[in-house]
Amino acid sequence: MKFIRNTFDKYKPLFDKGGKYEKMAPAFNAFDTLMFVPNHTTKQGAHIRDGVDLKRVMITVILALVPALIFGMWNVGYQHFSQLGEAGTFIDYLIYGSVKFIPMVVVSYGVGLGIEFAFGVFRGHDINEGYLVSGMLIPLIMPIDLPLWMLGISVAFAVLIGKEAFGGTGMNILNPALVARAFAFFSYAPSMSGDKVWVSDAATVDAISGETILGSLAQNKEAGYSVLDMFMGYIPGSVGETSVLMILIGAAFLLFTGIASWRIMAGSVIGGALMGLIFNALGLNALMNFPWWQHLLVGGFAFGVVFMATDPVSAAQTDKGKWIYGFFIGLLAIMIRVFNGAYPEGMMMAILLMNVFAPTIDHYVIQGNIKRRKKRQKTNLETA
Amino acid sequence: MSEDIRIKKGLTIKLKGKAEETISAAPRSGIFAIQPKDFHGVTPKLTVKVGAEVSVGDVLFYSKSNEQIKFTSPVSGTVTEIRRGAKRRILAVVIEAKSEDQFKNFGKADPLTLSKEEIQAKILESGCWSFVNQRPYDVIANPEDEAKAIFVSSFDTAPLAPNYAFALKGKEAAFQAGINALTKLTKGKVYLSVNETASFFSKTQNVEVVNVKGKHPAGNVGVQISKISPINAGERVWTVNPQDVAIIGELFLSGEYKPNRVLALAGSEVNAPQYYSVTAGQGLDSLLENKINKDNVRIISGNVLTGDKVATNGDFLGFYDNIISVIPEGNTHRFMGWMPFVGSGSIHSASKTSFSYLMPNKEYTLNTNLQGEERAMVVTGEMEKVMPIDIFPMQLIKAVLAKDIEKMENLGIYEVAPEDFALVDYTSSSKIEAQTIIREGLDIMINEVG
Repeated sequence: MKFIRNTFDKYKPLFDKGGKYEKMAPAFNAFDTLMFVPNHTTKQGAHIRDGVDLKRVMITVILALVPALIFGMWNVGYQHFSQLGEAGTFIDYLIYGSVKFIPMVVVSYGVGLGIEFAFGVFRGHDINEGYLVSGMLIPLIMPIDLPLWMLGISVAFAVLIGKEAFGGTGMNILNPALVARAFAFFSYAPSMSGDKVWVSDAATVDAISGETILGSLAQNKEAGYSVLDMFMGYIPGSVGETSVLMILIGAAFLLFTGIASWRIMAGSVIGGALMGLIFNALGLNALMNFPWWQHLLVGGFAFGVVFMATDPVSAAQTDKGKWIYGFFIGLLAIMIRVFNGAYPEGMMMAILLMNVFAPTIDHYVIQGNIKRRKKRQKTNLETA
Repeated sequence: MSEDIRIKKGLTIKLKGKAEETISAAPRSGIFAIQPKDFHGVTPKLTVKVGAEVSVGDVLFYSKSNEQIKFTSPVSGTVTEIRRGAKRRILAVVIEAKSEDQFKNFGKADPLTLSKEEIQAKILESGCWSFVNQRPYDVIANPEDEAKAIFVSSFDTAPLAPNYAFALKGKEAAFQAGINALTKLTKGKVYLSVNETASFFSKTQNVEVVNVKGKHPAGNVGVQISKISPINAGERVWTVNPQDVAIIGELFLSGEYKPNRVLALAGSEVNAPQYYSVTAGQGLDSLLENKINKDNVRIISGNVLTGDKVATNGDFLGFYDNIISVIPEGNTHRFMGWMPFVGSGSIHSASKTSFSYLMPNKEYTLNTNLQGEERAMVVTGEMEKVMPIDIFPMQLIKAVLAKDIEKMENLGIYEVAPEDFALVDYTSSSKIEAQTIIREGLDIMINEVG
């Protein structure tokens, strides 16, 4: 520890004002502050500060992703081998999955952080931690066989257009991870949708059917998986989204630490369940007849609710607004799922749409407060 | 009649080094200073020159914008220095104290028999008007305004805060006299908020006693105002600290201005935290001598959330401060300090990423480390958790940053003071300086709306 600190301290003067690499200071500081909480003290305002900072918040979210991530890698291998009819051990599955998945993480972080660092250096501001989470989310919501160059371009689009164009971390309107997914979805549709992308090698090996549950239902076929499979996640899908159990573990961690909003999560589940119930009552096709509570288990619903909808920057910011925002995400996700046969997965669209509406929701919630204040003023003037 | 107010939102931070309830007389300081920075928005107009002899209560300067508001000497002695800063701004009027005080006599009187004008004149003449603060804007009140009500909070919930009931022991009569004087200053009520601890405060006459319970900032007068009678645009309410009420009362009882109060010297780096009787503006050297044995500490005139950093040598006690807090400086690196739950015994957090919330009664030794770097506002909801006033703190802060006057007014800038945002400073994961921002916002409003 002491050695690392000393090394940083040794090279720090080069990056300080007037140093040789002054311009690169944001990059150097990013590494320095990642290793050590800086020795900065309070200059104004409160003299003592809470132990939480943006790094801690982001790392907490990443820790919450770990169960879904590890299970997801295992599931990549499991789906591949089991569809081929080959037996494998736990380790075989995990290794197969890691070989497929880790390059995606590397590309995502490499491209995304590269752009963030470049912006930090050129604009001379500190590098924000926001991408630490986005960079992990993006590979988790992509099909496993997505070519890495497509992933890289999607990431670049998300960071440049989805985030930096709006002013960087904290200013973006849309969730950057979903911007990446939406970009890939519309630009590289054959690699992003259909029944050949959700299991590794499904496109090249005939024996493998990569059909997801929602895909089958959309074609009025049977779901083909047991409820336990859906809950545990032994189903095809993008890496992070399949295991509801693992996502719930992450959700529990996020709620326990208070990092993610329980209001958004609760609102989404209520909204999704309600829409599911309505469709069950109508019951016109396989998707509508799919039990409402199973709707909450399949597809990207659980993952979206826990990790995407709760992104504080793109979500509603007021407590009441969070309920409304969450509720409509759940509602719209199931509605899009059922109505749009060509695109059975509605979660991404629902969240992006509500991202856009979040400031409007907040506006009306805040107007309520303002109206109360004005009314108080008026009655006060009348009685006076 | 009394009503109960319960403050649910907020955060009580317990720190090590609470002052023990014994009072010693602080050694008499040889040097005193009145610092205009303590009176926000006041541009001083001097009435004394270097070398002038002053008694306690003699005017040192008055406010340029309102000549009625005078600032008087807390001690008798000789003016030795007018300290100036950039653009010749006056930083301090320094007085070398004589060994004995001579008091200017303002005349004894029973406030209950005096008229509003007589009381106001006496308070203004003696310099006690500086104790009367105004909301909105958190500045010294304008005597020409009509106050809707006057609020006194008898307790402080900030970390290490002094116990005013203890500090005012023996001064009950002066406190009552001060309250009597305040009742004449407003057509509305004088509210005195008390906490659950039984004290003489609840027996005070001529006031509306309000019971307030709950977490910090329950003791902040601004929070109490927002629950009792929120401020509307154009309205003025006044606030006075309890120890200052007693100083005003003393003025009527003895006819003399005696800005003496009991101060808590507290914090983890103080050898024996306890109370001292001090005089406003006194030099800190004699008070702090041999009381702190460590280097690398921060001495704060005021509490750790809202106070001002002071130096050990040559600095002075803030005019309004009831506490000196001494905590360690945090100018050290912490390896991978962002890891949740690690170091919960020394890292306090309102978020649950530290187990500190499981130990609400543990007294923490917190230092001045910023615990991160300033960032864009990302996390939402954390400010609201510590903001009991019915406003949207983050939106208000953003309105101030955008200098949007109409929005600030709509979002309730009149109802807040910087101290109400101290916990926002504390809990913000983006390390924003909410108190500074709110102060700027209030200053904009003073200039634009008045």
